[in-house]
Amino acid sequence: MNILGKRYILFGFSLLIIIPGLIIMFTRGIPLSIDFKGGSLLEVKFDAAQPAPGEILEVYDSSGIKDAQVQTSDTGSFIIRSEFMQNETRDAVLTALTDKFGKLEIVRFDSVGPSIGEQVTSRGTLAVIVSSLLVVLFIAWSFRGVQNAFRYGICAILAMIHDVAIIFAITAYGSLLFGWEIDALFLTALLTVIGFSMQDTIVVFDRIRENMSIYRRLDFETLVNHSIVQTLQRSINTQLMTVEFLLLALILFGGATLQEFASILLIGLMSGTYSSIFIAAPILVLWENREWEKWFKPKALAG
Amino acid sequence: MLRNLTNRLLLIGLVLMLAIWVDTNENVQIPNPFKDDGSPLFQVDVKPRLGLDLQGGLQVLLEADIANDVKVSREEMETARNIVENRTNALGVSENVIQLAGERRIVGEFPGAEDTDAILDIIQQTGLLEFVDTGTYAPPEGSTLQTDFVPGSSTPQTPADGATVFHTIMTGKVLQGVNVSVTQTGEPAIDFVLNSEGAAIFGEHTSANTGKYLAIVLDKQVISAPIIESAITGGQGSISGNFTPETANALAVQLRYGSLPIPLKVVETRIIGPTLGEDSLQKSIVAGLVGFVIVALFMILYYRLPGLSAVLSILAYAAILYAVFKLIGVTLTLPGIAGIMLSTGSALDANILIFERLKEELRSGRSLRQAFDQAWKRAWPSIRDSNVAALITAVILFWFGSSFGATIVKGFSFTLAIGVIISLFSSLYITQSFLALLFNIVKPTNYERSIGI
Repeated sequence: MNILGKRYILFGFSLLIIIPGLIIMFTRGIPLSIDFKGGSLLEVKFDAAQPAPGEILEVYDSSGIKDAQVQTSDTGSFIIRSEFMQNETRDAVLTALTDKFGKLEIVRFDSVGPSIGEQVTSRGTLAVIVSSLLVVLFIAWSFRGVQNAFRYGICAILAMIHDVAIIFAITAYGSLLFGWEIDALFLTALLTVIGFSMQDTIVVFDRIRENMSIYRRLDFETLVNHSIVQTLQRSINTQLMTVEFLLLALILFGGATLQEFASILLIGLMSGTYSSIFIAAPILVLWENREWEKWFKPKALAG
Repeated sequence: MLRNLTNRLLLIGLVLMLAIWVDTNENVQIPNPFKDDGSPLFQVDVKPRLGLDLQGGLQVLLEADIANDVKVSREEMETARNIVENRTNALGVSENVIQLAGERRIVGEFPGAEDTDAILDIIQQTGLLEFVDTGTYAPPEGSTLQTDFVPGSSTPQTPADGATVFHTIMTGKVLQGVNVSVTQTGEPAIDFVLNSEGAAIFGEHTSANTGKYLAIVLDKQVISAPIIESAITGGQGSISGNFTPETANALAVQLRYGSLPIPLKVVETRIIGPTLGEDSLQKSIVAGLVGFVIVALFMILYYRLPGLSAVLSILAYAAILYAVFKLIGVTLTLPGIAGIMLSTGSALDANILIFERLKEELRSGRSLRQAFDQAWKRAWPSIRDSNVAALITAVILFWFGSSFGATIVKGFSFTLAIGVIISLFSSLYITQSFLALLFNIVKPTNYERSIGI
């Protein structure tokens, strides 16, 4: 099975998913949840009344809260997003809602100050960067017996960046189609995928490392291809396990927020396996062959 | 297959018995055989703890309300944390968790809290010092007293529930100065000076109640309860208790600055209704169970005997993981469940890696014994490296989560790290021992049927 021979088709396939997603992300933007930009979210369920979203907005307006948005959920509750509310404001709104529509139950209420969100975003990015660097160093150290040990670490990180890009692209499509937004659960999904992607890539690289000491004469490309084929069964089985786990979670978890979480996880984990085989290892070969020197000389490639 | 198999199985059996003992109890203890009063030698409370997202409740993030460039000392934050903890515990809300998050934040979690306003109010008020008449009753230090003083109301209040309520003679308002001193016996004490109003009340009370107890209570918690030895009319007094120089100082600071050493403001509030929490918990359990059954079926059908040993080993993994969580008091949240899922995935992955090796070695013509030895040996480097990478990520994320009050990230990385460590024990040690045992019993000759080649 020659997987590496089709590497440019595989790269193209990934880019086909990633680029439109990133274009949406940078032109239209993916809405951030209040976890990151600050604000408040109130989910309430009324015992008897089923008011129209407009009527709820009127209550917010008359309480002096700007930019409120109302969404209905499939369980019959109302999700109202607005600017950051102090506790006094929240109580005023709740009293006004009760006065107008009767008894209600708070399903959840989140209120996040604007400064918090900013710091979480910047520190979160920092944490991901620091852990990536440490992993590169660790892989380089662990592969120290192999030529160009640093390449393995960097390729693992490239595969991880690929998965992160896929997740953002998918979330961008989701935001366009289903109104997804980037929230704290998105962060959890992202972290899970990063961890999984690293593990997967290391398993493939480990096989390359092992084969290098067994087949000393084999050229690098054939050796990498052989290693991929050897680990393919394991990759598919592990993937089946985790994906099955999550598909079930996806079907069983009803709520809109968890569905988004499970979908992102599902696609991210598939991407993690895909990238370890079809991105990380091929880039390793591409690097070894210094293929970029031939990219702009199409005639030489034909020979 | 393995030379020391009996010992290994005994060890696994012992670990599993301990784990199941912890799993099935809410409180584990070992009685002390040398004392007949029933006092335990060892006792841990191992109630399962659910996060707010699984049982509903209130989470508040408090921040020091001073300019960003002014540094807040660790001690000040620690004192503020203690005060918030004492005050909210006095409300009778159980199992609150109050933790420092980074340099200037405090996270408070109140599972199952209904009256969130009361909690928020009491956190933000300044500390309340009371001098309470307890008559002939000597309240133990650290206990909580009900008093008839209610802030903002001038008339004493008597609650209807019949609990003993003590009379507050005066509050910390009448304090003019507070100092730490050393008594004649060399113990630290706190000297205080009262204003004229306080001096009058204090003089009158002490002369009428000589020989009775006077409790000094901060935020409804007894600091000390000295006996009134003689009438104190000069407006000066001294509190001695079981103080160390540090606690005496801390208390003096609390008395002087109205308790909270730094003002706190609420920067984040999250309320999760009880129905939403219960719903999420039930769905996670159902998803976990159904997922496990499918995985178990797949593993056994595809890998046969090795698959069976992996399923048993994953069960053992789950039992040990749950016991460890209960022992160290991990609060289980939805992101925490995601962390467990990922570590379960990596436990399965390790098993799959090993079994694929086993098949490979058998196909290349090795004997069962040789293949068995090689499978673990050859799979080890990749299992080691991938799990170390996962641990590195988990540690960095934990640091990020705990320094920021980002409890989601913290819960995820913590369960992931513990899960990864236990999964290594499960896939390397338990699976290997179980499989050796199965091979010893079955003595497989038909590899297609018993190993799935």
